[in-house]
Amino acid sequence: MTNLLLKNGRVVDPSNGLDTDADILIEQGTIAEVGPQLSAEGADTLDVTGCIVSPGFVDMHVHLREPGFEYKETIESGVRAAAAGGFTGIACMPNTDPINDHRAVTELILERATAAGPVHVYPIGAVSVGQRGEALAEIGELVEAGCVAISDDGYPVATAQLMRKALEYSQLFDIPVIDHCEEVSMTHGSVMHEGRVSAELGLRGWPAAAEEITVSRNLIVAAAVGGKLHLAHLSTAGSMQLVREAKRRGSSATCEVMTHHFSLTDEAVRGFDTNTKMNPPLRSEEDRQALLEAIADGTVDVIATDHAPHHADEKLLEFDHAPFGIVGLETAIPLACTHLVHTGVIDTPRLIELMAINPARILGVDHGGLRAGAPADVTVIDLQMEREVAASEFCSRSRNTPFDGVALRGWPVATVVAGQVVWDRR
Amino acid sequence: MTGEQVAEAESRVPSGERSVPVQFAANLTGIAALSKEQIELILDTAEHFREVSQRPIKKVPALRGKTVVNLFFEPSTRTRTSFEIAGKRLSADVQSVSASTSSVVKGETLLDTARNIEAMAPDILVMRHKSAGAADFLARHCSAAVVNAGDGAHEHPTQALLDALTIRQAKGDFAGLRVAIVGDIAHSRVARSNILCLRKLGADVVIAGPPTLLPLRAEALGVEVQRDVNAAIAGADVVMMLRVQVERGGNLNLPSTQEYFKLFGLTEERLKLANDAAVVMHPGPMNRGVEIASSVADGPRSLILEQVSNGLAVRMAVLYLLAGGGARNDESAA
Repeated sequence: MTNLLLKNGRVVDPSNGLDTDADILIEQGTIAEVGPQLSAEGADTLDVTGCIVSPGFVDMHVHLREPGFEYKETIESGVRAAAAGGFTGIACMPNTDPINDHRAVTELILERATAAGPVHVYPIGAVSVGQRGEALAEIGELVEAGCVAISDDGYPVATAQLMRKALEYSQLFDIPVIDHCEEVSMTHGSVMHEGRVSAELGLRGWPAAAEEITVSRNLIVAAAVGGKLHLAHLSTAGSMQLVREAKRRGSSATCEVMTHHFSLTDEAVRGFDTNTKMNPPLRSEEDRQALLEAIADGTVDVIATDHAPHHADEKLLEFDHAPFGIVGLETAIPLACTHLVHTGVIDTPRLIELMAINPARILGVDHGGLRAGAPADVTVIDLQMEREVAASEFCSRSRNTPFDGVALRGWPVATVVAGQVVWDRR
Repeated sequence: MTGEQVAEAESRVPSGERSVPVQFAANLTGIAALSKEQIELILDTAEHFREVSQRPIKKVPALRGKTVVNLFFEPSTRTRTSFEIAGKRLSADVQSVSASTSSVVKGETLLDTARNIEAMAPDILVMRHKSAGAADFLARHCSAAVVNAGDGAHEHPTQALLDALTIRQAKGDFAGLRVAIVGDIAHSRVARSNILCLRKLGADVVIAGPPTLLPLRAEALGVEVQRDVNAAIAGADVVMMLRVQVERGGNLNLPSTQEYFKLFGLTEERLKLANDAAVVMHPGPMNRGVEIASSVADGPRSLILEQVSNGLAVRMAVLYLLAGGGARNDESAA
């Protein structure tokens, strides 16, 4: 294994209180030294002048689609998309076919991920058998096989009682229970946020209350029985307020916000582009502002993508019939830089907390940070690079993004996993 | 509204009354994309075409050699028949395709269905579909002109245009007119298109209905919102009643037709609250005794059958203008 020297970067790692111009020397897949003016005989050198050098970014909410839906995405294409998007690790949701509710599926995912290379894949197992919301899956077996969390994502954990049992049982393994918050009795047939735009377009609305009811349920259950509750893809002002208040009362619950929810609003649905259809839906401008505020004040722990690849044919349908979801891995960092950092909502260290440190901590995976002895997973970002999103160049098998052609500032330029440069834009 | 390119060709009112030429759009997917001038051009053109249907030989050669395909993914008698007769009176070749089941159920996508028909080189595709945005979707992917004959709860532009023509004939002008629209606003494409059209023409619109059948942010539509139907009808110049379907929403929206009629139905008694010369409209099909009493529907204030006649004229005007009429076909239409 060749050694690697990252020269002249701005090394930022809030977990180690680091924000300084320095070089990083990587030996045998491990960080050997962080300091000024390092040199190393025989090491490959990556000149990262003017770039941010960060602990590896982790996207804790990804749909890899394999097994079962390889025409949308394979593990191989998904991990390449992750590397190209600046992620050194991704957690994949269990709603494949078969569902990841059994260790054999977990093992298959990890085997294919290892074969595919470049980034770490952390499988998330199902909470319930078949994600049917009835019986607990064999969570111990799933964890032993390599699952780092459980979720019935795509659906909410069906009942308060099942959520209680999942939060209790998961304490045996100290893993988070991740919930997709949706009171489904209020969202039947809904395809966009319920608000003034849905009133105008005549599309069935998905009320904010449907998310907030389940957020409340989960926070109340977690307060009663403990466990590690993580609330996935929150999208409304009300959800932010609920989480903020819970944290003030001492709740250890964590939550994530998606890149598209702070970048777009329901106004984007005018014109009926099916790449603006996702679950939860794009919300109002008031909601978007509340997300920004909560991202800045610490209410939000994680920014993730809900990377949800769909084949072009599936999205080339009437709005009602097209599936929910967009790809996100290859636009996440530029969207966050453009809408959060360059607008002054947060600074670079906070961005790294939200997209590298916190997701790794919540999932309990070792990302160590940028210090000697830690595994060398590194994301390099050029905050000033400006370019347009080009969906045709995505590594993902799918192109379902509403951001194609949009100019963004702040792009990942290199991804290093275990000391190997797995992706280099230059 | 996207995908609306303005046609290069300029259109003129056939009668030549209008001195300033108005550009007409390449598609008619909704009222939202039309200017006030374009709406008036359609109404003026329709006024002219009304006369054709009074002739012993009800046909003009305006669309000779043109092909109009009616693509109906939802059952419809009135609108489909109206488009068929409109096309035929303009001498177009008209073909109607009924596909009452959804394209997904049939296993062919909407786009494939449309592309297959387009391969036969129609000039105009008229489509009704149960999904909002379906007409915009078709317009984006097809080169034929697309006319929206109703897409889900989104728009039904020719209905709004025929309603506007009917109101204009009865009232002359829209300025200061109070139009009450009563019923299931949330699921109604007729309501959405009418609100847009009437506001563009300068009328004031008030809507009323049970809160379960009003959109959550109904004020965003630029209308006055009333829960009390009497408050909506009071002082109205036009009262437009919408069809109510009790089965919609598994009876979570309305407990019963009897209760609905009691709370919102248009009776002679209620109509007295409106202005003296107020007129009554309904897009059909009517539920007598549910949203409207027969004595009102068949009474002297009712313009319901007038709406149907005007529907034909409006659809002739729309087909004519989309086929490039006005600029090329003045003589033949006249």
